[in-house]
Amino acid sequence: MSEKFSVRLEKLITHFGLERINCTENTDDISIVSVDVNRPGIQLSGFYDCFDPTRIQLFGMVEHAYLASQPPDVREKKLKELFSNKIPVVIVTRGLEIFDELAAVSKEFDVPVLRTSFTTTSFLSRLIPFLHTELAPRITRHGVLVEVYGEGVLLLGESGVGKSEAAIELVKRGHRLIADDAVEIKKVSAITLVGSSPEIIRHFIEIRGIGIIDVKRLFGMGAVKDSEKIDLVLHLETWVEGKHYDRLGLTNEVTDILGLPIPSIVLPVKPGRNLAVIIEISAMNNRLKRAGYNAAEELNKRIMANMDINWEG
Amino acid sequence: MFSKEVLVSNQVGLHARPATFFIQKANEFKSGIWVEKEERRVNAKSLLGVLSLGITRGITITILAEGPDEEQAVNALVELISSNFAE
Repeated sequence: MSEKFSVRLEKLITHFGLERINCTENTDDISIVSVDVNRPGIQLSGFYDCFDPTRIQLFGMVEHAYLASQPPDVREKKLKELFSNKIPVVIVTRGLEIFDELAAVSKEFDVPVLRTSFTTTSFLSRLIPFLHTELAPRITRHGVLVEVYGEGVLLLGESGVGKSEAAIELVKRGHRLIADDAVEIKKVSAITLVGSSPEIIRHFIEIRGIGIIDVKRLFGMGAVKDSEKIDLVLHLETWVEGKHYDRLGLTNEVTDILGLPIPSIVLPVKPGRNLAVIIEISAMNNRLKRAGYNAAEELNKRIMANMDINWEG
Repeated sequence: MFSKEVLVSNQVGLHARPATFFIQKANEFKSGIWVEKEERRVNAKSLLGVLSLGITRGITITILAEGPDEEQAVNALVELISSNFAE
């Protein structure tokens, strides 16, 4: 799934401020396609089963110490074997010394070697989220993303149902806008979706009759955010007379986005219904449910307990 | 689902003003309508959505529609773009 996307090596170098030890001509042509990272210690020692050469190869203390323990000609042979697998890049951590053989082999195979001053683990802890975000499966949805009481709430619904108006009302009440009209959603981990706005239209909102407004300029930095996880999906739809809407909240509906089930609610919209308050309440209630308290279930329990007493009596 | 590709060839591409003509036209139809550029697909009835694609002169986009008037919708929008918004 992640194979569909790639990140240019150049972007990685800039993002982490990596030192270019040996960057052959075109780092621009190199792209990383694997979210996984490899410490090639075991490969250097000669074991190549299950080796995935598309991964970034990270040389830390262990690899360095192992190579240092080998005579130069063996070191060169082992490095050649690793590089001959068409690996994308080698990153040396801890600002460790670069062996002459490493520099030579990297030139020979036209594979760049980069260096960071961070220790392997702390570099990895930054590299992995970066790769997961850059290579994440993604989709653009028509909707509005707001952060309400810490919950990322995605408002979906037909054009003109009042998503943007609801968003602006929420911003007025102290919540934050992330994206209006087009929400770019990325699956950054097996359990997390993160939404943001396309750069060009970030923090603009369209209000029918007024036109385009700049939420950041009008309301300030406190009213906007660049990205937010998606905790709750609200489907806004024009109130259909006679249609059944959830009265209890005992059933937990979900909406599937990029294969992840996100808790969701269908909210009927009527002129005069204060949508912002209802969205605030659904956000708070979603948090409460996640914390293990479901009001409808509690009420049900009370009623059942009451019935037991009456029967016994 | 009905779809067609169209080359945007007017002077300025689909920037603010042409985009409003485009979404106004899209809003005349009942069908769900989308504009697709490369891998990104947005709602053709949403101004910011269409603007977010950054459609400039020389770019080919796909217009897709699904609903009772899908063919008319796609054809009308393709015609609007092909006519260079009557610039």
